[in-house]
Amino acid sequence: MNFREYKIGARMFGFALGGSMCITLFLPSFDFRSAVSTETALDKQLTAGWETGWNVYDPLMLGHNKPLKVLVKTDPKSGQPLAEATYAYVYNVGTPLPNGIDHPDNLGESVEKLSETKGQIGQKTANGTVYLIKHEGNVPYIENATATMGWTPDMVMKGASDSDISHAGAGKTLFVREGCWWCHTLLPEQTQDWQVFGAPPMLGDFNGESPTAFGSDRKAPDLLHVGSRNSSREWMMLHFFNPRLVQPHSIMPRFDYLWGKVDANGQKIDYAKWRTEYDEYHAGKRIDPPDVPMYAKNSEIRDLIDFMLSLK
Amino acid sequence: MLKYLFAKNEDIPAGSAAVYWGFSAIVWFVIGTGLGSFNAAKLAFPDFVTGSEFFAFGHMRQVHVHAVIFGWISMAFGMAMMYITPALGNTRLWSEKLGVWNAFLWNVGLSLGLTLLWAGLTSGREYSDFIWPIDLFIAVFMALPLAINVWMTILTRRTQGIYTTNWFFAAATFMVIIVFLTGNLPEFFHLTGLTEAYLTWWFAHNVLGLWITPVAAAIAYYTIPKVTGNPLYSHRIGHLHFWSVVVFYSTPAAHHLMSAPLPEWLKSFASVEGVLILVPAIAFVSNILLTMQGKWNMFVENLEIRFTVTGVLLAIPLNMQGGFQQTRAINWYIHGTGWIVAHAHLALLGFSTFLEAAAVYLGLQSLMKRKLYSLTLGNMHFWLLLIGFSIYWISMTIAGLIQGAGKIYEVPYIDVVIAEHPYMIARWIGGTLVFISNIIWLYNMWMTARVGTIVPVGRMPHEMAYER
Repeated sequence: MNFREYKIGARMFGFALGGSMCITLFLPSFDFRSAVSTETALDKQLTAGWETGWNVYDPLMLGHNKPLKVLVKTDPKSGQPLAEATYAYVYNVGTPLPNGIDHPDNLGESVEKLSETKGQIGQKTANGTVYLIKHEGNVPYIENATATMGWTPDMVMKGASDSDISHAGAGKTLFVREGCWWCHTLLPEQTQDWQVFGAPPMLGDFNGESPTAFGSDRKAPDLLHVGSRNSSREWMMLHFFNPRLVQPHSIMPRFDYLWGKVDANGQKIDYAKWRTEYDEYHAGKRIDPPDVPMYAKNSEIRDLIDFMLSLK
Repeated sequence: MLKYLFAKNEDIPAGSAAVYWGFSAIVWFVIGTGLGSFNAAKLAFPDFVTGSEFFAFGHMRQVHVHAVIFGWISMAFGMAMMYITPALGNTRLWSEKLGVWNAFLWNVGLSLGLTLLWAGLTSGREYSDFIWPIDLFIAVFMALPLAINVWMTILTRRTQGIYTTNWFFAAATFMVIIVFLTGNLPEFFHLTGLTEAYLTWWFAHNVLGLWITPVAAAIAYYTIPKVTGNPLYSHRIGHLHFWSVVVFYSTPAAHHLMSAPLPEWLKSFASVEGVLILVPAIAFVSNILLTMQGKWNMFVENLEIRFTVTGVLLAIPLNMQGGFQQTRAINWYIHGTGWIVAHAHLALLGFSTFLEAAAVYLGLQSLMKRKLYSLTLGNMHFWLLLIGFSIYWISMTIAGLIQGAGKIYEVPYIDVVIAEHPYMIARWIGGTLVFISNIIWLYNMWMTARVGTIVPVGRMPHEMAYER
């Protein structure tokens, strides 16, 4: 081989690149592995499920195969009111489980231990699973409520009204698919964002989340805590349909196409008419803008708004 | 060109693969900058074309980025490798047929990947947006054949040593495969959380640092001595450049996440290594500019030299920004603002594009043995590209500084949006000029292929006079 005269160089190259990979990949992996899940991390991964980027369980990224987050006010099994309403994460049969359930070592040492012993997350259940987040002292852990209390997805869903059900997991998929994160970050910065956008995330806030979709190019407000700043579903609805309805200077695109074909009453949405009327309003020929149609329960925009409101 | 896919290797004329790569690159450049101009229009005028997800900004932004990085820049690299590597080894390309197939597969893979991205099928990870089956396709059917061709051509060379350019080509084609396979591990094996976030930026940093920057520089190491006739100023400085790229440029990935909760030691280490990127940068710039000694008239008179030297001069502000903007002292101000967008365009549209454009101009003329069709159109391409880029860079830098100020003084965000509006319009105008310049270029190269003056055997294109 004609590289003979480059023997030393080739070895040096291997040494240099290998050394660099060791420092930048191998050593940080110990830090990453030692991160212990916070409650936020448990909530995020139970809400979003296995993966919200492209994956084989949801190849068209329609938000399929996602868990539901349900507000439970009465014990689904006995029907008795609960002392405190709690969120249950409902995984129907076939919904892929988040990383923390499949690979509990991702949860971090103390959370993993509690989730396995008290939470029984290792238990297999035949008809889907309901998870809860519980605490022991300061340490949060995941509980498999199907194994510990016999709550099944059917029971939980039967007792829930539509307003108690959050499709935030599917919404995160849409957040990724629609490229919201090209302009809205999910990362208040450690230096100066506290006052406006809220606290920066902590080391353990990301365990099990994929993709993290921090965003790098902020052309719009940070959204990590947007649900705490603005929890109005109506405002979100107007803003998504046409951001200029509520913020005349906004440069956000219209997401009216996420409404789909029909509104909440099953009526066909006439986009062309809406646009004409809006243009008239914009030109000063109408006093009020046209009404934004109420979205259907199973529309994509519902999922996305649920996700927005879940960002507390 | 497609007829060569099934021809015998020895029946394919030398240089066919390079010409295929070169024209593909220019077409992707037109597509990529057209998308860029369209996206910029949407940021300036948000109600420009609405109502369909396929014309939504969030669906198109990543298509622009990947069309220019993997279409224009990487295919121009492929073009340069197909003709420079054998020329420096005093030999023929190891396999013309593999080269033609490689360009074909590159176009197919990229078209497929971009279509999926456009439909919204994305991994949700910046710069590694392609879904993992496409990532695997890129590594195995796009990057690997290129590496094999480059390595085999170098191994079968008929010169004793290996020239600087070919060290970079050999190393970069190897490293980009490693970077692709490692950076996408979170997608292949579903790694989550901070590991995913960090590897996203490990990939983004290294695909620039170990692929785009070194290969672009390697091209300048060829074009400047080749066209001016001056020998490279110093091979020792070339060594310094090469080794400091491998050592310093491969390590600062974490400086992209200075405000994320990564381990502090990792951020500090990355920041220091980030400043040390100035070592290869200064080595490269000084080496090239000193090679120009006595031939500075060519900076004015010769199109290829003008492109190359402009790119090298743009490397000075690029690396000054790059070295220091990632330190904590500066990063807190400009992180996540338009400043970074301006910097990214300085790297890819300023520094890198000008070097590759020179290589494509020089290569296509040499291989087709045709003199450039029109100097006037070539000059228009240069100036529209430079002016368009400058408008873009300056306006986005100002917009970024406004955003930074808005960030620290806690100005309501909408006021920042209002203040940025004029600069968004300027950016759109700049981007559109770049798009127009590339249409002119495509026309000029097409006419060169068809009716350019024939360059006699044994002469270089730049030795001939322009006819138009």
